[in-house]
Amino acid sequence: MASYSTSEFKSGLKIMLDGDPCSIVENEFVKPGKGQAFNRVKIRNLKTGRVLEKTFKSGESVEAADVMDTEMQYLYNDGEAWYFMEPTTFEQLGADEKALGENLKWLKEQDMWVVTLWNNVPIAATPPNHVVLTVAETDPGVRGDTSGGGGKPATCDTGAVVRVPLFINEGEAIKVDTRTGEYVGRVKD
Amino acid sequence: MTGDNDQPTASLATLQTRARIRKRIRAFFDAKNVLEVETPILARAGVTDPHIDSLQTRWSDWSEPVYLQTSPEYAMKRLLAAGSGAIYQFSRVFRYGERGRQHHPEFTMLEWYRPGYDHHRLMLEVDDLIRKCLSEHIKLEQSCFWSYQRAWQDSIGLDPFTADVEGLKAFVKQQGIEVSGLDDDHDSWLQLIMTHCVEPALPKNTLVFIYDFPASQAALAKMRHDAPPVAERFELFINGMELANGFHELTDADEQRQRFEVDLRKRQQMGKAVMPVDEKLLAALPAMPECAGVAVGVDRLVMIAAGVDRIDAVLSFVVDE
Repeated sequence: MASYSTSEFKSGLKIMLDGDPCSIVENEFVKPGKGQAFNRVKIRNLKTGRVLEKTFKSGESVEAADVMDTEMQYLYNDGEAWYFMEPTTFEQLGADEKALGENLKWLKEQDMWVVTLWNNVPIAATPPNHVVLTVAETDPGVRGDTSGGGGKPATCDTGAVVRVPLFINEGEAIKVDTRTGEYVGRVKD
Repeated sequence: MTGDNDQPTASLATLQTRARIRKRIRAFFDAKNVLEVETPILARAGVTDPHIDSLQTRWSDWSEPVYLQTSPEYAMKRLLAAGSGAIYQFSRVFRYGERGRQHHPEFTMLEWYRPGYDHHRLMLEVDDLIRKCLSEHIKLEQSCFWSYQRAWQDSIGLDPFTADVEGLKAFVKQQGIEVSGLDDDHDSWLQLIMTHCVEPALPKNTLVFIYDFPASQAALAKMRHDAPPVAERFELFINGMELANGFHELTDADEQRQRFEVDLRKRQQMGKAVMPVDEKLLAALPAMPECAGVAVGVDRLVMIAAGVDRIDAVLSFVVDE
């Protein structure tokens, strides 16, 4: 089984930790002039997305994780899984609800997502930074209200709820930043 | 790394700062009649310290292995034994596997020895020199001179001399630090807490001298048989970075040989190379005057002066770029 020594640690390296695939976010070599060396590492658990800190005694080895980020296109949902296609090989892989998590609300057919595969099984999926969604439901804008304060909530066709300006109507397409969940602008056909 | 970047990693301004600091250090020792010396980088013996690994090479097809020195200490002590009087040197030193934000496998060490001084008197001289080097670059608060025990008690409320391994582990856990691969070696846990908890808690923009180390971390320092016994060793920290390490030097050759042997047994247990002991140093020790000596990381001193937090930014070129 492939493994890495702490001297190979760098950000982006994929390792196994307590049975879960993880990615190194930050690695710092710490050593007293005379004394034990350590690697202080920030690690993201790729299944839960949680970042944790761990200190390794330098010279330790850890198991490598067979993890790959692949750009894939979302095709359809069959009630159990959400299917993505690798655009050059046309290989299709189903991601479960756990892999999509919170991001599910941004998922629209034909969009290109980054799917994280562990042993060729999707464990996480990251939406593009911006997606275009259609407003399915929102209150009509109140005429004359120019306070511009908070806008209003709009429910999109994917289920995402986004705060939009008062002038946005049902059926309109809007651009949303998936990293912040914020409205970016109106999209005209 | 594409390898096609031929630019230095240090800016010209930083190289100028480095040159000014070296000039200042030379002037400091010239004014005190401390002799500048040079000792070999290649030697048949190397350091026995379990946590310092030497780079090894050969100087001819038929030669024994030789080691790139990790510090000029052994050779400088032989000069002292031969009657050199007070000496200093800028030395390039090499340490296998040490690479990080504050580490580069090849670096510059300033090392000096003062016959007749103990570690307290030498700390005052280090303080004077470092202040002269940094005065035009940063404003330093009044320096702190704390025993190892006090530094721990004041910054984290733990007594390093009474806490056993279980107590140290419990403290680490309570701090939310997750550790992998560390066995029950008491010193390793002390060093973990020192680097992770004590150093970051020390006062900022202050030269913090920490002295009288646990006996188990004596290295080449004299022991003082207090209760508990302590090693007459000090380290200097600034803004969480170790800048210097000094000893009231051990002059007892028998005790030094025993320490080398303990080191080598430990290296063997760790699966590391068992280094040849420097017999010439041991033969010279009885003639070495009572003295104190210290090593200062010159690159790190320049880092502080230049206000940068990566060693790469003070080196003209780095080995892995």
